[in-house]
Amino acid sequence: MSAQNHPHEEWDMVIESKHSLFDLHLRDVWRYRDLLTLMVRRDFVSLYKQTILGPIWFFLQPLLTTFTFLIVFGKLAKIETGETPQPLFYLSGIVLWTYFSECLVKTSTVFKDNTSIFGKVYFPRLIVPLSIVVSNLLKLGIQSLLFILILLYYIFFKDYSIEFTPYLLLLPLMVVLMAMLGLSLGMIISSLTTKYRDLAFLVAFGVQLLMYATPIIYPLSNLAKNEKALNILKWNPMAPIVEGVRKGLFNEGYFSFGYLGYAVAVSVVLLSVAVIVFNKVEKSFIDTI
Amino acid sequence: MATAIQIENVSKVYRLGAMGTGTLSHDLNRWFAKVRGKEDPFLKVGVKNDRTDGIDSEYVRSLNDISFNVQQGESLGVIGRNGAGKSTLLKILSRITGPSTGSIKIKGRIASLLEVGTGFHPELTGRENIYLNGAILGMRKAEISRKLDEIIAFSGIGKYIDTPVKRYSSGMYVRLAFAVAAHLEPEILIVDEVLAVGDAEFQKKCLGKMKDVSGEGRTVIFVSHNMAAVKSLCQNAILLKHGELVASGIADDVVSMYLGMDDKSGGISAFFQPIKADDVTVTKLAFKPPKADIGEPITEGQGAELEIEYNIENNNADRYHFTFHLYNEAGEVLFGFSPTREDVKLINGKNVLFCQFPNYFFNVGTYYLTMLIVKDRKNVIKAERDAAVLRVVQQARNIGEWYGREPGYLIPSFTWRHNS
Repeated sequence: MSAQNHPHEEWDMVIESKHSLFDLHLRDVWRYRDLLTLMVRRDFVSLYKQTILGPIWFFLQPLLTTFTFLIVFGKLAKIETGETPQPLFYLSGIVLWTYFSECLVKTSTVFKDNTSIFGKVYFPRLIVPLSIVVSNLLKLGIQSLLFILILLYYIFFKDYSIEFTPYLLLLPLMVVLMAMLGLSLGMIISSLTTKYRDLAFLVAFGVQLLMYATPIIYPLSNLAKNEKALNILKWNPMAPIVEGVRKGLFNEGYFSFGYLGYAVAVSVVLLSVAVIVFNKVEKSFIDTI
Repeated sequence: MATAIQIENVSKVYRLGAMGTGTLSHDLNRWFAKVRGKEDPFLKVGVKNDRTDGIDSEYVRSLNDISFNVQQGESLGVIGRNGAGKSTLLKILSRITGPSTGSIKIKGRIASLLEVGTGFHPELTGRENIYLNGAILGMRKAEISRKLDEIIAFSGIGKYIDTPVKRYSSGMYVRLAFAVAAHLEPEILIVDEVLAVGDAEFQKKCLGKMKDVSGEGRTVIFVSHNMAAVKSLCQNAILLKHGELVASGIADDVVSMYLGMDDKSGGISAFFQPIKADDVTVTKLAFKPPKADIGEPITEGQGAELEIEYNIENNNADRYHFTFHLYNEAGEVLFGFSPTREDVKLINGKNVLFCQFPNYFFNVGTYYLTMLIVKDRKNVIKAERDAAVLRVVQQARNIGEWYGREPGYLIPSFTWRHNS
């Protein structure tokens, strides 16, 4: 309890009221990497405990959604989907959209959902959104298997001739971009809702609306006749990603490298903003939530 | 010895009241002041955190300019009443929330046990939760695997380790949670009131573990309301009051100071208002340990004295007498007593009267004294409620002894004999 100072001493950690904007504690995040894997494990193990169908739900959700889309948008509304068989077209869109929207929605409640843990113990808060992205990545992998199964069915039993294009090699980049977009929007919303709850109301139906503004149930080329709509909707950064993946899979889609570059730029800017906001809020959100 | 934690000018400001539509305008105001290079308009200096005061500011300083150092290997107790800022200090130290001003420098890995069982997932089994909880507390997976058997053995619930924890009893849950926490090996350990958990046997285990930690040369910061535990586990202590650091030093001294601390609601010595009725004035009324000053703590088994300083004018002493009623915290009267019963009469002029209670009489607890001044043997002319407070505290005990409180309010000592 002596009051003398040790000016030249090395400190392992300094807590200050002021801090730099981009200091993400990445060293801390690395140190807690086991926590990340354990949280992903927890998400998977606990999700379908005490259910009869268990992991089959991973398949049922996209299948039932595809079925609904087939009836509502395919048969009733008769929305054109180009040359691609409709189930494949819808399923590809649904799997991609589920990844993006789950990343966004789950990240957007990180602070609110984890108040009890965050209020009791410190670990890098970034671990939680990251674990959400990784959990959903695994889910995306599982659902992609379903897509491949259906694709094989079409190839062998329906004589569908597949036309993969080299654009398919961009798929990993597309997944990263979707993760970045979902994560950063979610982090921004999560940070702002610690003080202003208003945004939380927006998320649920906002994501729903955003899906219709993204070429999930229709190809962007459908809008060629309606130039006004096309000019608005093509600014949606999710559009080049979804279209790009479809270009790779079915050789159908509105895609150029310039357009993809736009999505990359938006993702990078949004992620930087998200990091700054999240970093500022995580220090003391527990006082206001 | 090297410094493990250096805390400099740390303050923490909280906003009172609800967050609502006014929040945005305050935020904008504050931001505008910052842009102009002015001081934060809502962070006024010198607003104490005294909950009993009427509040004129919307913001309150839960911690006010706290500075102190903790040496490596030191075990430091943090004591103070509810609302003194103890928990806020711990939260800042364990990085749950940031300070409003000031800085904290820490050397070594820090782990905090503000509450055990944080992050337990009800659907996962005990074993799975050991991993998850361990990782949340900062352990590596390999480290947990290495200690797994030890943790399970310490918890004493080996049989149920592969059952989801939602099926556990609350006792089993706490045992498992504490077992994980106890096997952390940080250089600095922050503990908040874990002693409240579990039965006597488990409590013993926990305290032993804490003692081991500080014995291994690691730093422990311990917040508790249990003075006996603070005295036995900590060498040094700091005392917080209304967010300010009012004392620091050897644990025994700081604990004594805390127990003798003046309390407006309690009415001990310093704030004592003379009791007046007719010709009688009582100028001092307080409990104290035998052969010690008022303000010193009274410990169980030690005995106590009630000191009454009074003045009777007009030579009317034979017309008055005093009666006392002692109440417990629940407001039930324990017994009444009076000097008249022992034929001790009041004396004219200024005098001091003592009432001596035997050793082994009062159990640990807080008791309130009501004083009645009676005239002519039948008229109560003054009944002063809570005129004095008797606080009996635990003695420092040896590790391994029961830390709890015996039941009841009295712990009398009787004479026992065999029939031979």
